[in-house]
Amino acid sequence: MSNTQPATQDKSATAREETRSDERYLRPAVDIIETEEGMTITADMPGLDKKNLDIDIDKGILTIQGHVKKSETPHDLYREFELVSYYRQFHLPEVIDPDKTKAEYVNGVLTLTLSKLAAAKPKKIEVKVK
Amino acid sequence: MASWDVFRELDSLRREMDEALRGAGTARVMVPAFLSGSRRFPLVNLGEDDQAIRVEALVPGIDPKTLEMSVVHNTLTLAGERKPVEVGNRPHAWHRNERGFGKFSRTLELPAQVDVDKVSASCENGLLTITLPKAEAAKPKKIAVKAA
Repeated sequence: MSNTQPATQDKSATAREETRSDERYLRPAVDIIETEEGMTITADMPGLDKKNLDIDIDKGILTIQGHVKKSETPHDLYREFELVSYYRQFHLPEVIDPDKTKAEYVNGVLTLTLSKLAAAKPKKIEVKVK
Repeated sequence: MASWDVFRELDSLRREMDEALRGAGTARVMVPAFLSGSRRFPLVNLGEDDQAIRVEALVPGIDPKTLEMSVVHNTLTLAGERKPVEVGNRPHAWHRNERGFGKFSRTLELPAQVDVDKVSASCENGLLTITLPKAEAAKPKKIAVKAA
């Protein structure tokens, strides 16, 4: 599994933000785990509303997007984070079956469960000893 | 509160340096919404009005029920644990490991005395909002000036 543009992914996200709108994007941190049956992608995307979350698989490219509405805190004293929109893309391997993707958003974490095509799953062949 | 603490001063200086250096290079987005591997977790925003202090904290992946929150005098402590992704015993391979997990605890010094009994908190989609009403003594009072 690889990013679409491994070396310049951050830059591509920035270019996108500049050409599209004044909205800013953040690359969410992810965990990706592959097992024999499929893949689990977990992304930290706090502060989102479920309906503003877009997940899309097109030609083997997975796009995760989330739009955050800005919250206004009056009389700021101290600021460490800013809620901005999320955007990240991944190139999926061919063995993934895009139609069997499940998504879940709990406590600000998006979990995507991707299945592999039946042909790509390992098969156990038992050897019968006569 | 008024005493001068050399360690606190150094700590706040370090934070200011971190803050100043962090934006260099990637200037546009001020701070990532969540920094895995950051020494500070959760990240917080602090706001205030006449009546209350408002704290926002980013706690993605933490069940609000397991979050421990305590207020003593004018310090607020948030503690909890972020659970790792469950994989079980199946053979697996990690392709990305950026989120991080583990126990955390963070203590904030609030800018005013708060009414400990009236503190309320809500957690929605990984965003924790805490409202800490100020103690009566800390609220601003209007004093009318009488013309002689």
